[in-house]
Amino acid sequence: MVEVVKLNKSFGDLSVLEDISLKIEEGENVVVFGRSGSGKSVLLKCIVRLLKPDSGEVFIDGKKVTNMKLKDLNELRKQIGFLFQGAALYDSMTVRENLEFPLIRNFNFTESERETKVKGVLEKVSLEGAIDKMPAELSGGMKKRIGLARTIITEPKLILYDEPTTGLDPITSKEISELIIELQKDLKVTSIVVTHDLICAKIIADRAIVLKDAKVMYEGRMDEIIKMEDEFLKDFFTV
Amino acid sequence: MKIITREEILRTNIGKSLINFFETIADLSVFSIRFFKEAFLPPYELGEVRKHMVELGVKTFPIVSVAGFIIGLVLAMQSQPVLLRFGAESFLPSMVALSVVRELGPVLTALLFAGRVSSGIGAELGSMRVTEQIDAMEVSAINPYKYLVVTRIIACTLIMPILTMYVNFLAIMGSYLAVMLSMNMNFELYINSVVNSLQFSDLFPGVAKTLIFGFIVGAVGSFKGFYAENGTVGVGRASTSAVVLSSLLILLVDTVLVKVTVLLWK
Repeated sequence: MVEVVKLNKSFGDLSVLEDISLKIEEGENVVVFGRSGSGKSVLLKCIVRLLKPDSGEVFIDGKKVTNMKLKDLNELRKQIGFLFQGAALYDSMTVRENLEFPLIRNFNFTESERETKVKGVLEKVSLEGAIDKMPAELSGGMKKRIGLARTIITEPKLILYDEPTTGLDPITSKEISELIIELQKDLKVTSIVVTHDLICAKIIADRAIVLKDAKVMYEGRMDEIIKMEDEFLKDFFTV
Repeated sequence: MKIITREEILRTNIGKSLINFFETIADLSVFSIRFFKEAFLPPYELGEVRKHMVELGVKTFPIVSVAGFIIGLVLAMQSQPVLLRFGAESFLPSMVALSVVRELGPVLTALLFAGRVSSGIGAELGSMRVTEQIDAMEVSAINPYKYLVVTRIIACTLIMPILTMYVNFLAIMGSYLAVMLSMNMNFELYINSVVNSLQFSDLFPGVAKTLIFGFIVGAVGSFKGFYAENGTVGVGRASTSAVVLSSLLILLVDTVLVKVTVLLWK
């Protein structure tokens, strides 16, 4: 489903990703770990070409993303969902308008179909009552849920999560993680989750990738990585 | 002859500022050229353009109303004793009308519009950039340039002539107040004097150039906001520099346009 081959990205003299290669199969849930600034979010943004890599290739469904024409890229992006760290809700729009925005612009749904979809995703994230609220009226956890609803409303095949539980209390964080896994079961999507929340990772991950010093340090099953006798990993998971 | 390198220029503060300025102008030009590529392709987002025009008009309406009336009033109050000294007091309505319509109205409105709107657009788009809302749009296969930038530039360009004509009208009314108080001239005589002194060559260039000023305000505000970085500090910087740059460009472009107008309508 997603293949990254020898990806390099730097900002000025700072190398953020060096020779990153990884493969994610269809239906798999992969968690990407790493310290702050280790290039996790940059990796996600390179996958959807929000950032252009310096070198290397990204393939989604066998299609080369890195030099794709914008028109084709946009067609591909319609099948991808991206949950941003701060949810990135459009703050001049109500929750309903936020959810309808990609539907109106990219698909030809009738008004009643849109209404059904909006209500459906809000029910999934248990926030039916927030439909006419503005993002500024929502709490951090509610924003994440609405962000998640906006991500899944287009029924994407691939969802990228950028720190979905950062800044939330442990209970809300667990609820969001469970919601993610529930949605994945329902919608059968492939997911890449960037996080440093161990609880979230344990709930979600089929497989984990650890980034350190701009490189892939470990790749394997979550339970294997937790048990590994490595100073960095031990520090990472115990702290 | 010794050639001065870019590095040598960069070592001085003035050199740095100059290079930064020209780099900004080059980037702004590329950004603005993109407008002409995208504005004529569907979807046209007319609803957004209309929404921005109403917002911008409402936002600017109070300040331009006050400024327009007062500038006309003050101009007449200042000019009347001078004209009296040369025995040309009766030319006061014509002088105010010509000054306002040809230069003061368009430039004053543009500068006020820049202060109110360019900073607002810079802050709004800057905040959208740093909170990843623009990225969210892009990743949803929606062209943020078209949705956010093109609509705002069109709205600014279209609303400016309307605001300018409104300011011109208020300034002439403000001037009448001064004329009435000092010269006891009746309204009909005043208006006749104003209308008779204005020709197409005074009205048309004055209003037409505001289309360019409006474009500058929209483009600069959007440019600064669209590429804002470094969190809230960057948003503040985008907002402030949008006002400074758009005001500066309005004055520079006005100088060129005045020369062109004079050449075209000798």
